[in-house]
Amino acid sequence: MSITVAASTPKPSGQSLKRLFVQVGVLPILLLLALIIFSLMSDNFLTVRNLTNVVRQSVFLAIVSLGQMMVLLTGGFDLSVGTILALTSVTTALSMSAFAVAMPDMLPLAILLGCCVGVACGSAVGLLNGIGVALFGVSPFIMTLGMSSIGFGAALYLTGGTPVYGMPADFGEFIGFGSFLQIPFPIWVAVALVCAAYVLVNWTRTGRSLYAVGGNIRAALLSGINTRATLLTVYVISAFLTGVAGVLMTARLDSGEANVGSSMPLESIAACVIAGVSLRGGIGRVENVVLGALFINLVQNGMNLARIDSYLQTVVIGMILIAAVISDQIRLRYVADLRD
Amino acid sequence: MTDATRPRTPGEPPLLELLRVSKQYPGVLALDGMNFNLRPGEVHVLFGENGAGKSTMISIISGAVQPTSGDLLMRGEPMRFASVHEARSRGVTTVFQEFSVVPSMTVEENLFLGSETRRGGFLAKRKMREEAHAILARLGFDLNPKAIVARLTRAEQQMVEIARAFRSELSVLILDEPTASLTDREADRLFALVDQVKAQGVGVIYITHRMREIERLADRITVLRDGKFITTVDASDVTQDELVRLMTGRVVGGIFPDIKANPGRTVLSIRGLTTASGSVKGADIDIRAGELVGLAGLVGSGKSEIMRAAFGLERAISGTVTLEGKDVTNQSPRRLLRAGFSYMPPDRRVEGLAMMRSCTENMTFASLDIKPIARGIFINRVKEDAEARRLADKLELHPRRPDRAVQAFSGGNQQKVLLARSLTRPISLYVFDEPTVGVDVGTRAAIYRFIGGLCEAGAAVVVISSDLPEILNLAHRAYVFYDGRVQDELPKARISEASILPLFFGKHAA
Repeated sequence: MSITVAASTPKPSGQSLKRLFVQVGVLPILLLLALIIFSLMSDNFLTVRNLTNVVRQSVFLAIVSLGQMMVLLTGGFDLSVGTILALTSVTTALSMSAFAVAMPDMLPLAILLGCCVGVACGSAVGLLNGIGVALFGVSPFIMTLGMSSIGFGAALYLTGGTPVYGMPADFGEFIGFGSFLQIPFPIWVAVALVCAAYVLVNWTRTGRSLYAVGGNIRAALLSGINTRATLLTVYVISAFLTGVAGVLMTARLDSGEANVGSSMPLESIAACVIAGVSLRGGIGRVENVVLGALFINLVQNGMNLARIDSYLQTVVIGMILIAAVISDQIRLRYVADLRD
Repeated sequence: MTDATRPRTPGEPPLLELLRVSKQYPGVLALDGMNFNLRPGEVHVLFGENGAGKSTMISIISGAVQPTSGDLLMRGEPMRFASVHEARSRGVTTVFQEFSVVPSMTVEENLFLGSETRRGGFLAKRKMREEAHAILARLGFDLNPKAIVARLTRAEQQMVEIARAFRSELSVLILDEPTASLTDREADRLFALVDQVKAQGVGVIYITHRMREIERLADRITVLRDGKFITTVDASDVTQDELVRLMTGRVVGGIFPDIKANPGRTVLSIRGLTTASGSVKGADIDIRAGELVGLAGLVGSGKSEIMRAAFGLERAISGTVTLEGKDVTNQSPRRLLRAGFSYMPPDRRVEGLAMMRSCTENMTFASLDIKPIARGIFINRVKEDAEARRLADKLELHPRRPDRAVQAFSGGNQQKVLLARSLTRPISLYVFDEPTVGVDVGTRAAIYRFIGGLCEAGAAVVVISSDLPEILNLAHRAYVFYDGRVQDELPKARISEASILPLFFGKHAA
């Protein structure tokens, strides 16, 4: 044939860039950008001390995001994590100070019991979420939104809106500010939970069920997976993890506060989405979510050092979240493009 | 090259032409220097195995994806469609296999979606309703324009999809396996419509695996294999056997295997089953080990619903389901699966597969609780990978990459993943609901061999099918359903087209 044809070799560089983007997501790009921008803006940013600080501050968000990720994997989401944090904080402080008064000789036991009560109260919220979503088919949005109002009201009612003091000093000293092998105690807890979450998600039947339910709930049902139990469990796990974060935060603040955690739902979902967790369910990796949580704290820390107004910081976090969702959409388009 | 590749009148350019069009996906050259031309007023069939590049080719023509290289010409003019919308505005309309109707909207709203008739900025609802009535009447589709699409059957949704294509100004019409979920009568209506637009000078690109449709409709046939152009032939010059040889590159024997029957104990027994939805009304059936039973009937006759009810997907309000001597009426799919009952759903996208997860995971979803995959509460991923590789080899998954996401595979290979799942645990009763919908001839033969093998190994097998040849050639015994009831039970000797067809419409066998 005499017709000339455009070069028949494909463009490998563009394709492999696309593929890289599809595989790793937007997070590495964002992390790199943040590191460059903030080290230019402030000399103190890229120091060992500051970065350790960032890791320590990331603990709460990282733990909460682990739970949020698992819920997102099933195709739901948990808007009540902020409330669970507040309720745990308040109930931990109230019960621990009561136990401390009741058994002044056994303060370690009082501390332990207080922590258990706090985590149990937080988990109870998750159980209610799970019952609503799994058994009654309430949409996760409404169920967790409703519970966040109920929990927040309850926490305020219990405390009258004022911080709760009177916990044993050891609580804050060891759990909040203590360290082991020069690494702060909360970081140890976070590392343990991250490992546990990694194993749960990747190596257990429960973890696989999360992906199956989020990937295609009908297919999961027909494959003999207990979809209701899976949904119920995931909200309890999310609440449990958030409860642990709540106890750690209470120890750090040395008081029970009803108004902590209000930014948690947004930040934890942002951490997950930036880390490539799909809002449609079925896609997401633990290790990336931890990086996502670190990234958000890195940005906040960088903005603090650069003396960016705290109100404007909120604006930036919202913009990053939306940018991440947009990039998720673009990535999905590429996935469709790359598909045979 | 045969004479068929050249335009009929040398001076006039073809309606649509592809010149050495290629599409490169990472790791896969989906289309490799494809040549194709379409004349006005012809039906041009694309023929090839799943994964041969047919879908990629129509995606390029319809504007859904961009070619990596090569030219697309329309009436001799170079053309590049940036989107489906742009292609449509040039008169290139596609009815995709995957539906593009909005489930929550009505039939008429869907018909006019994106091109609503307006008067002074407001929707001209009455005018649209009249037009909708007119279109549906012209097409002979028995649909209520006010019906919500989500409540329609798959076949009816397909009709909406087709009706929409016929609404707009057409010059090229692309139909991708349009009859996959239509009844014969509805399909005949569609064929008449194709004839009608053909007479108006529209070029029709038609993808099908069914020989009957090729015989009925095709003017020319272009065969693709492994993303490459093989040949274009005049339909009148070619036999079915030749086509299959061209498609597969080898001589394929009969696609239906000879399956030996060896009926043993009764595995499943259903007595007087009535479902809450009324889709099944007091039906009795028995399934024995070592026997392949066909369930035939029209869409909605209860042939699928009875097995879905037995598998716990529909609630029974009376009657009993007995599996291996135990009453399992209204039990969950989970418990039935553990008792050795496997049900393979008809629509792999809706009920079968988690498309974004890997083949390995999709294969093992049903056996996470048993060895070798379970190790306590943990998953033994090493053994899981080994199991997936074994199944991928056994079912000839192509490409042999079970670690890749299911959505990266062609339809036939996705179906293989679904089949593989039923091999991951001990099963005594296999139910296949429309096992070969949208699957090419080669894969279809493989699936039949697979099903036959299970039966000969002593399992009880049920095949639910709207494809009559499947029932005629595979079943040792058949139940024909009509209006939720068993209209008749036929032994092998009495299974024939003449004896089954009247039963479809509620008549009794002569």
